[in-house]
Amino acid sequence: MAEQQHILYPDFWVDKHSDYLFNFAIARINNYDLAKDLVQETFFAGLKSAKNFEGKASERTWLVSILKRKIIDHYRKINSIKGQAEVKMNFYENGDNEGSWIEERVPQSWDNDTEKSIENEELKQQLDYCISKLPEKYAMVFTMKTIQEFETEEICKELEITSSNLWVMIHRARTQLRKCIEDNWFKK
Amino acid sequence: MANKFFISCDEATTICDKSQYKEASFFEIIQLKLHFLVCKVCALYSKQNNFLSKLYKSKATNCNKESICISVKEKEEIKKQLEQLKSELSLRNNLVL
Repeated sequence: MAEQQHILYPDFWVDKHSDYLFNFAIARINNYDLAKDLVQETFFAGLKSAKNFEGKASERTWLVSILKRKIIDHYRKINSIKGQAEVKMNFYENGDNEGSWIEERVPQSWDNDTEKSIENEELKQQLDYCISKLPEKYAMVFTMKTIQEFETEEICKELEITSSNLWVMIHRARTQLRKCIEDNWFKK
Repeated sequence: MANKFFISCDEATTICDKSQYKEASFFEIIQLKLHFLVCKVCALYSKQNNFLSKLYKSKATNCNKESICISVKEKEEIKKQLEQLKSELSLRNNLVL
């Protein structure tokens, strides 16, 4: 029996696939406007390369594969932008103290880190603020891993990075966030 | 290599972060525990990290409940542009033919 051949129906793309693609994008880049732009670009690219569609995968799978490329391109772009939102280091990078805490960034005791405060709305807003202050690529990897709860392997595959690369970024994001939450919440 | 068991604070906190996702290896956990014996700062970091993980988790639970959509108006806008692109493409193809 011949395999079912899939056909593209670009006239229905927006109605059938835009919400799915949009949620796929927003889970990874966490920015409404950007996610919308990437979905739109995906449709454009799809239309332009429609003649290359072989009908082996479903229309949606094919569109998702285009969107994935767009997301990697975006990640590469933010990864290569130098100097943007400079990362504050928490540890000495070289010299005798290499790998030790930088004095002013040593964790301080928190007096009210109780279970109750986790449900505090203001603390959650503070967290959103601190995430928004992270360099974009750290925010992206951190959010995918921690908030969207993707598997490590999946993130590495999608962004074409190694797992040690991923852990370095998670580590930097988390130490930054810790410091930001300490400064803005626990020191008041 | 002699110092395989003695790691820096940077390395220790990296393992600590990894362990928040239950992805640190058994050997890494041993390195971490040994480090805590000599470093109170990292032990404090670890304690705070547990708190932060719960905070992140509660945000994750909130987020996963939401499904966001593109507004109808924005969809119409995309459709219009897609339509335009389509006519441009077919025009170009006709010229080639």
